[in-house]
This record gives sequence, structure tokens and C-alpha cells, in this order.
Amino acid sequence: MRYIPATDKDLEAMLADSGAGAFEEIISQVPKEIRDKAKLKLPPELDELSLMRHMKSLSDKNAQMDDTPTFLGAGAYNHFIPAAVGHILSRAEFFTAYTPYQPEISQGTLQAIYEFQTYVTLLTGMDVANASMYDGASALAEAVLMAVRIKRKRQKVFISSAVHPEYRETVKTYTGDLQITIVEIPYTDEGKTDIDWLEKNIDEDTAAVALQYPNFFGTVDDMNAISKIVSAKEALFISATTEIVALGLLKAPAEFGVDIAVAEGQSLGNAVNFGGPHVGLFATKTTYLRNMPGRLVGETEDLDGKRGYVLTLSTREQHIRREKATSNICSNQSLCALAFTIHLSLLGKRGFKELAQTNLELAHYAKEKIASLPGFSIRFNSPTFNEFVIQSDKDVIELNRKLLKRKIIGGLPLQGFYPELKNTLLFCVTEKTGREEIERLAEALGDIS
Amino acid sequence: MTSHNNFNESSQTEPLIFERSSEGKTGVMLPPSGLDRIDATNIFPQDFMRGEIEDIPQVSEVEVVRHFTRLSRLNYSVDGGFYPLGSCTMKYNPKVNEEAAKLSGFTSSHPYQPQELSQGNLQLMYELQEMLGEISGLPYVTLQPAAGAHGEMAGMMMIRACHEARGNARSKVLIPDTAHGTNPATSALCGYHVIPVKSNERGVIDAGEIERLMDEEVAALMLTNPNTLGLFEENILEVANVVHNKGGLIYCDGANMNALMGIARPGDMGVDVLHINLHKTFSTPHGGGGPGSGPVCVTEELAPYLPFPLAEEKEGLYNLNHNRPDSIGKIKSFYGNFGILVRAYAYIKSMGGEGLERVSKTALVNANYIKERLRHHFDIPYDRPCMHECVLSDKKQTPYSVKTLDIAKRLIDYGFHPPTIYFPLVVQGAIMIEPTETEPRRAIDNFCDAMIGIANEARENPEILKMAPQNVNFRRLDEVKAARSPKLRWSKEG
Repeated sequence: MRYIPATDKDLEAMLADSGAGAFEEIISQVPKEIRDKAKLKLPPELDELSLMRHMKSLSDKNAQMDDTPTFLGAGAYNHFIPAAVGHILSRAEFFTAYTPYQPEISQGTLQAIYEFQTYVTLLTGMDVANASMYDGASALAEAVLMAVRIKRKRQKVFISSAVHPEYRETVKTYTGDLQITIVEIPYTDEGKTDIDWLEKNIDEDTAAVALQYPNFFGTVDDMNAISKIVSAKEALFISATTEIVALGLLKAPAEFGVDIAVAEGQSLGNAVNFGGPHVGLFATKTTYLRNMPGRLVGETEDLDGKRGYVLTLSTREQHIRREKATSNICSNQSLCALAFTIHLSLLGKRGFKELAQTNLELAHYAKEKIASLPGFSIRFNSPTFNEFVIQSDKDVIELNRKLLKRKIIGGLPLQGFYPELKNTLLFCVTEKTGREEIERLAEALGDIS
Repeated sequence: MTSHNNFNESSQTEPLIFERSSEGKTGVMLPPSGLDRIDATNIFPQDFMRGEIEDIPQVSEVEVVRHFTRLSRLNYSVDGGFYPLGSCTMKYNPKVNEEAAKLSGFTSSHPYQPQELSQGNLQLMYELQEMLGEISGLPYVTLQPAAGAHGEMAGMMMIRACHEARGNARSKVLIPDTAHGTNPATSALCGYHVIPVKSNERGVIDAGEIERLMDEEVAALMLTNPNTLGLFEENILEVANVVHNKGGLIYCDGANMNALMGIARPGDMGVDVLHINLHKTFSTPHGGGGPGSGPVCVTEELAPYLPFPLAEEKEGLYNLNHNRPDSIGKIKSFYGNFGILVRAYAYIKSMGGEGLERVSKTALVNANYIKERLRHHFDIPYDRPCMHECVLSDKKQTPYSVKTLDIAKRLIDYGFHPPTIYFPLVVQGAIMIEPTETEPRRAIDNFCDAMIGIANEARENPEILKMAPQNVNFRRLDEVKAARSPKLRWSKEG
């Protein structure tokens, strides 16, 4: 109980000195039947040394990407994080602060969020961004809800089957209790969203069309063509990006006429962390500002005219509008957004582009190397960024098992998400899986098959 | 008066990082790929290629470090001082939790790596589910939600799924006026019509009032216990009976669990669904507004609807079960905010059952102590023993035209983070103070002395309150201006 400063004697003295009465009096509002059952059956407290040993033993039971080359991506990317990020992040003034409700003593958090919002608009090309969302998947779900709010009478939302399966699941859960129909657009043999199918099926009841950019197969959809189809029906165009680094090389979503751009920001500054916490990015056009969910920080000035920042436009939010709020969200992923902001600041204009270029080069090297092995081929003949799908003539679950024996974690078998894509693997290559790791992988795959 | 503010040494504002840029600088060097340069335009069609993103700044590492270090100094934090935000539970965050969460087996494991390679993570998740089940008295637990409000959403969706399975989804949710603001928003998001419930003169809900409102269309009563007045819903057993008899369910907002450990388990009060804000009661750092984590605990009847996956154990091997046909589905990618789960798990282990019981006992004593010490200086709208937070109002200061906002801003001059203000909405000019268990008596006394000093100033020199804060870098910020002409990003044009 080393975190509690008060001794029993202190507590007794405080009750007596203040005239608050006995502790039993204070809790007399709790019915006795409830009180009687309240004793907690939990193991006794652990001292710090024993606790740390126990935590270390749990941690050691997991494979770690730093020891075991990992070619998994699919929404969680193994990027290098410069040491300065962690050091700044763990400053207690950022780490142990709360939501900046008192702006006079929270300018650090507020300005950092303002810088984050600016970065998100720069990467996506959109006009405005919020202070962050739980993750990319829930950001996409909120984008769909927002589109339906804007296109009030329209009840249908098209979502590409080349969007991350867990993102699609999340959208379905969020919309499940509302009168919204989610329609999945098939993908083509090139691993792209099927535009012909969309053109035939989109109608006047469509509120929005959502794609992933680059998509789950690592491929880039025909963004311009799709954008035209969507705007011809006056629906909203939503893009979701799981790998934000791709936007160092690829055009901003806004340039394809996207109305709401969401993304997962984990790749910058945030460890994979077994899947979370990550950070959702959310940006849109000024026209839709007041329909946007989440927190916003805006510039203003103090009594002396000094530039400063505050939480703003909270009239859209739950604590004022209650059941009429734009969403029920009341937090953001502030610390993860800060990590993103610091990492991107360190990279700078050139570093960010260079990071994207390095990922592209290494991934293409790996793609060609694996595809040239007997028994392996590229599944979708389309340009890709740092993820690609490989077809194998072997059972890929077995293949991965054999790779593991050589201390390599292979690609993601897609058949779990797409039963028709039997014996395919989604590989991801980043700057952390360099040439040496790729060659080890290719050699192992060559030996096994 | 001398400044009590020592958390801030710098006297200047910090320019934006975008204003620090100059051509050619960088703070990171990447490893050479050892490969031939690829021209990306040979891979992607030209019309997909992006030029320079001109406005991303170019800054060296030392400049980045100084920029953010200076920014950090403009923040108040728990490690720097008392942070009595009611209902937010700003308690001390033990340092060992951070060491644990940084272990590379946790940070650098991939969610899609084979389960046999993630046994440590899965064991931790399984054991945390079990421990939260014990603490809440509701044994079936999901760790998926990323925040309290996210947990609320999952919980209300489960309530809907349960009623659908019983044959009628129902259309209404009863929400007391002392509930958190997210509660009505969440119910609306789940397609429910919100019916407000008035609390009685004792500040709690009344079984008779619930009886009057309860019908076959009410899916749930969504309450917060202890409620946002800091009071225990003393009629909870009767109220739960009334709701259950008409086929309704009880949702409890678990934001205030810090008051209950060892004192009352929601499962024993008749609650069917509860979310727990791990970042509050279980002491994970708030990080300036997140990440949080909001596990949901339920009864056996609601268990089939928990969002997937759930951690399970079979003969010493742990796995994630995705195969749950009646589940409401997935609510985010992967498995919840795992890094936060690690911290909460370490915290519970370091406290044990008795330690957690002591947490709540101490939090209650501290809150009641503050209420008693301030009794003669501030209005107490519901004057009864309170749980882990107490609510005051500015009624006694009204004759001097001093408002809650002025009191809060003046506290900043005394070196304190102000309490939560203007909440709950049922109290006009509310001031909601939550000391938690981690404040020593000396800090609490200093805070009370400051509050009493401010009450005296309100009578003798109200102007000084209106001009506060004066002893920090920023004076009152113009929130109206920010909302009227929103400027939400930096741009070169200004």
C-alpha cells in the first residue's frame, strides 16, 4: 500500500478533527446486504521487486519483433521510433496531466494537439482535423455515422471489401442499432475495389462510399474514377488509411475529392503494443466541421492578447448537447497523438518522404525476391506500397510454422478473413525489416518449399 | 501575494514547431537500405505521386526536444501537484507500472502473431478479466473498449442485443439527472429514446419515481453509483427490483469505482452491466486526455453478447476466442488498449484486495474531510456524508458577484489545479472536488486553506478573483473568440 500516504491514525484524526463522524457513519448509506458481500477475494499485495519479476516473466513469454523478424502488418506496423520520442513523452507534465479543461495551465497539451491537428491536415490535405480518435477502425465507424448525419435521408453506405476486415467489422457494430444498410463492394482480381460493380449498384439512397487507401491488399484503388462515381450521386467519399507512412509518397486523399479522411496513426511514434493503444486520425472539409465528432483545439488569445489555445466548439459534444451530441466520445488518444507529433517533427519534410521511399524500396525487393521462388507468385498484379499478397502452392499455416522454427514470423494468412484467398499471405516490410531480414526470409522460404 | 506557482519556470510562450523550420534540417537519420534507388513513378501511376509536403517543418533533434520540453512546462500535472478534478479520479500513477508497460515483450508483440507466441499477453488479459470480475461482482468481462464512453457504447449495445433475443428490443432508456453527460449521448447512439429521471431532495433516485416511469418499453435504467453528487444511490436494491420486475436491465456507469472497492460491488447491487474506467480507479496515466480503457463487466445472461475476442484459458494455455455468434461484434481493431491493460494489471497486483479496499476507504475519508473543513465557507447543496467526492456551489459567493469560474481561476494563483466546475448540471455553479486516496493530509489542508482564503477574498476583494489567474504565463483565454471564428490549424498564410 505504498501509494497511500495516510496511516490509520491519520484517517482517524482527520475524521475527528473535521467532525465528519466515524467511517461507519459515512458508509451507512450503503445497504448492509451489499456491504456484507463486498470483501475482495484477490491475492495479497506484491512488493515492487516481485511485481517486476512477475511482469518480466509474462513479457518474456511473448515473441518480440526486435528479436524475431516479423513480416506482419495489416494495420499494426513495426516502425523504428527515435529515442527522443519516448523521452519527451514520459515527461510527467504530459504523461500525468488530464484533459485540458483549464487552458491557463494546460497550454502544453493544447498547443501539442493544435500542432497534431495541423499535421493531420497536411498529410491528408483536408481543411480541418480533430484531436484524435481511439484508433483507425473506430474513426472509420465515426466517419460513416457522420456521413449519415450529413446525408440525413440516405440510409445506405458502401464499403469496399478491400478495407481492413476488422475496420469493416467495427463499422457494422457501430451502425448495427441504427437504420443503416452496409453494402460491401467486391474486389477485383487485381486486388482493387470493383468500380464497375459500384457504378451499377450505387443509387440515390447512398450516403457514403468508403475505401481504404492504400487498401488492405497493399494496392491502390482507382481513386479518381471512384470519386467521380460517388460525386455524381452526391454521396460522400470516405477514405481510411492504415499505413500513414504511405502518404509520404502518395497523393493526399483530399486530392481525390475525399470528404472525410480517417487513418491509423500508430506508424508514427507508437509501438505496435499487441494492437493498442494506437491513434485514430480524423479530418474533413470545413463545410462539415460542425458534424465532426471528437475534441477540437482552436487558437485564441488571453486577456493580454497573448496567443494561446483552448478546447473549442464543444457545443457539438456530449457534455452540453447530451442526447443530441455528434458522438458520445469524450476523450481522445492525447498521448499517442503527441507521440505522432514528436516523431513527425523529428522526421521533418525530407525524413518523412525518405521513410516512405525506404519502405517502398525494401518492400519491392522482398516482393520480387519471394515471388521469384519456386511455388510462390504475386497474387494481385497491381502496384503496392509496403504490403503485398503472395500466393503459395503450399499450406501457408504449415509454412509459417516452419518459418517460426527458424525464428521468423511470416506474413498473415488471408484465408481467415477471406476464405476464397486460400494459401495467400499478406507480407509487410518496413525499415525495420531490412535487406538482411528479407534475405533470411527468402532463404528460409526457398529451403522449406 | 507571492506566487505559489513553481511548476512553471519559463515566462515566454513557445512558438509553433512550424515556425521553427528552416530548409535542410532533420531530426532523424534512417538506415541505408543497401538497395538501388527505385523511382516510385515506375511503380505507381504518375497521378498518384505526391510532391513535397512543403509545410512539414525541418527541425533538428535538439530543437524538437527543447520545443516539447518547453511546452511540457506549460502544463499542470499530477506529479507536480494536487489535481482534484471531480469524477476524473486524478490519483498518483505508480512508476513501476510504466516500467512494466515498457517491457519489450509487451510493446513489440504483434496482434496477429500466432497465439502460442503471445502467451504472456493472453495470460495477463485473462487474469485481468478475472480480477475485474471479482472487483465488480460481475464475472464476465471484455477488455475491448478503448475508453469509458466506448465501454458505455458496448454495454448499451449488449443491452439491446439481450432485449432483442428476449423478443422486444424496447425503445427507451431512463437516465437520472445526476448521470454523466456521455450517458444520454451513448443511449441515443444506440438508437434509444432518453427519458430523464429527476433525483429527489436527498440527491438520489427514488424507487417510486422509477415505478412511475417504468414500462415494457424501457430497456434499461442507466445510472452512476455513487452518483455525480458524490452520493451513494441508497435505494439501489429497491430500484433494481422495480426495473427487473418490468423486464428492464440496470446499466451502471463505473467511472466512480474508486469509491466502492471493499464497500460495495455493483454486481451485488443488482447491476447487469458496468463499465470500468481503468485510467481512473486503476491508476493509469491520463496522458492529457487519453489513451484510456473501458472494460465492461456483465452478468451471465449478458455474457453471450460481449464484443469479441475474449481471453480464455484451457489447460494452462491461453487463447483469444473470436467465435462468439451472439456477440455485438468488434468495436475497434485488435484487442483493446493493451498497453493500458498492462498498467492496470500491475496496479491491481501491487495493491492486492486489501490495498484496493484501503484505496476506497481513504478516498472517502479525504472527501468527507474536505467537505467538513469547507462547510462554513461554501454552500453544500446536499449536506450528507459523501463518497469519494463532494459537491459545493457558489451560492454563498453570489452576493459578491463571484462565480464558480472565478473561484476556480483564483485557485490557479494559489498553485492548485481547480476542481471540476459546473458539473453536475443539477447544482447551479457546482464545484466538484475529488481528492483521491493519494493525497497526504498536508496537501489536502493546503488546498482547504486556499479555498477558505478565496472565500474570504470573495467578501473583501472580489476583484482579485475576477482578474485571476495572474501568477501564471497565461491569463484568462478567450473561449468565445475561439468558437466564433474557429482557427484549428496553423498555416503559412496566418
